[in-house]
Amino acid sequence: MKKRIPLFIVFLVGMLMIIQFFIPHRLSVTFYTGFLNWFTAMVLFALIIGIGTLLNRHFKKIKRKDDDWGFSIVTITGFFGMLLIGIFGGIGEGTLFMKLFEFVLTPLQATMFALLAFFIASAAFRAFRARTFEASLLLIAALIVMLGRVPIGDKLTFGFASTLTEWIFRIPNMAAKRGIQMGIALGMIATSLKIIFGIERSWLGSDD
Amino acid sequence: MGLSLKPSKLTSLPENERMSSLPLYRIRGVLIIFYLFILIIPVFGKQFNFKAFDTPNDSGNSISIYLTVTDNFSTGRYVIYRIDEDNNEFEVVNFELSDSKILEFSFIDSNVKDGVGYRYQLYYTKKNLSSYFILSETSFIYSSPQWYHKKKTPVLIGILIYVLVLFLSILLAKRGGIKYIRKLPGLDAIEDAVGRATEMGKPVLYLTGLERISNIATIASLDILARVSKKVAEYETPLLIPCFDPIVLIIAREIVRESYSFTGKPDIYNEDNIYYITGNPFGYVAAVDGIMMREKPAANFYLGAFYSDSLILAETGAATGAIQIAGTDSPIQLPFFIAACDYTLLGEELYAASAYLSRKKELLGTLKTLDIMKILIMIFILLGSILITFEIDITGFLIR
Repeated sequence: MKKRIPLFIVFLVGMLMIIQFFIPHRLSVTFYTGFLNWFTAMVLFALIIGIGTLLNRHFKKIKRKDDDWGFSIVTITGFFGMLLIGIFGGIGEGTLFMKLFEFVLTPLQATMFALLAFFIASAAFRAFRARTFEASLLLIAALIVMLGRVPIGDKLTFGFASTLTEWIFRIPNMAAKRGIQMGIALGMIATSLKIIFGIERSWLGSDD
Repeated sequence: MGLSLKPSKLTSLPENERMSSLPLYRIRGVLIIFYLFILIIPVFGKQFNFKAFDTPNDSGNSISIYLTVTDNFSTGRYVIYRIDEDNNEFEVVNFELSDSKILEFSFIDSNVKDGVGYRYQLYYTKKNLSSYFILSETSFIYSSPQWYHKKKTPVLIGILIYVLVLFLSILLAKRGGIKYIRKLPGLDAIEDAVGRATEMGKPVLYLTGLERISNIATIASLDILARVSKKVAEYETPLLIPCFDPIVLIIAREIVRESYSFTGKPDIYNEDNIYYITGNPFGYVAAVDGIMMREKPAANFYLGAFYSDSLILAETGAATGAIQIAGTDSPIQLPFFIAACDYTLLGEELYAASAYLSRKKELLGTLKTLDIMKILIMIFILLGSILITFEIDITGFLIR
């Protein structure tokens, strides 16, 4: 019974969602928006639990004086600091909350994103080591694309690099991408149907 | 196009501009009207098409208005009126055609009630003239909601075929008809990765991606988590799952708890190892990178939906020397994972992983469904290519 009830709920809701997709009637629309609202409410409750787990973990680290427990103080200070500043100082334009958001959080995010440039370089170095035939092909394709994407490369090759780059993007690259995307679409449908029909039960902890 | 479309004001025209109350007491006005009737109206009769109908495949409360004006039509201003059963009149739309071009105008009047009859009148005036002529009028149209979206029929047929193939494949698999499953090295390596972490006395890190529970890749990741967590429980290795979405957190906790119970080791399940971090992508990535550098997990699993963060995560993991298994349904992120991880599940392999790991017959049947559907799609692509090469149009036949 512990497993049959969730399976039945998943089947019922899954089938209702499939059916409502084909029904434009306002009853169907109301049902769908009702479900979305319900889901939003659930997310809010889940967020409270989520934040609880985060704080619990960091409080425990501080209490036990685990390794690097100082970072936990930063996390908790940041969390409660922003919360209190937002509640008492407001979150509108020009408030301290917004200034912290614009001048602390946004640059931090940009910093993380900027790391990507360096990681691309190190990953490319590994990927382009021509140890196999496929890696050599990758290296050649990458060289052509790099030449075709910069004006000097195009000038050096008399426009050939940019033409070849376009061809690589439009034909082999697009064909591979579409092939993968079709597989993904079919996989998504298969996963959804497996769960709706109760064929896949691993999310219940066991398959039995 | 030279068309200036003014927003509907839903007000009647002034009395002196209405066809029903033309300023006939003015001789000049009469002459102009006569002139327009004689010269223009016979031409109009063949050169415009005005119709209104209940908007198809909608949730009701709307009527579609369609107007086509052909090339030689004179420029001028058009006004469409809506008149209900109680003779209440509203201006629905009002626009001007400033040059002689073919005009196709469609408008959805969503300010109507279901079950109430409305008729629409098309008025026209030449520029700088205050008199409007009625060009056309529809009969009473009734708006109603529909119970079936006809344009979605191909989707319905596709789903029905898929379901049919799915159950046939499962039946075939149960009878032992599936002998061969292509090897997926990334999934075969899961046991090695968990074993390595156990030997090193380091934790296993599992990420379900940077998407909500509504994303199918996240759901597929949670299915795989159920298999991985069983292995982890068998080896008694710590499993760290920092979550991006609070609902995923709750489900992941339940899955892992059940897996530990299933393997007979509920006492070693540590709920604190599955925790929420943040819903901000770069904040999440920064925190996970920190976990990797501090905890030094021996095996990292990145399975789910990832975006620009994929390489930041995978390169940090590679720097810590962990064995890394990734899988995502984002074709743009796949090259990054391939470059930085030991094993990568490409697109659909992410969705096939759970079936592959379980080896249960009915789940293996679903893998066969994927193959059959791919063959069907290939056949359709091939047929389409042949038809388009030889310029054979069968759309008319299909629609009929």
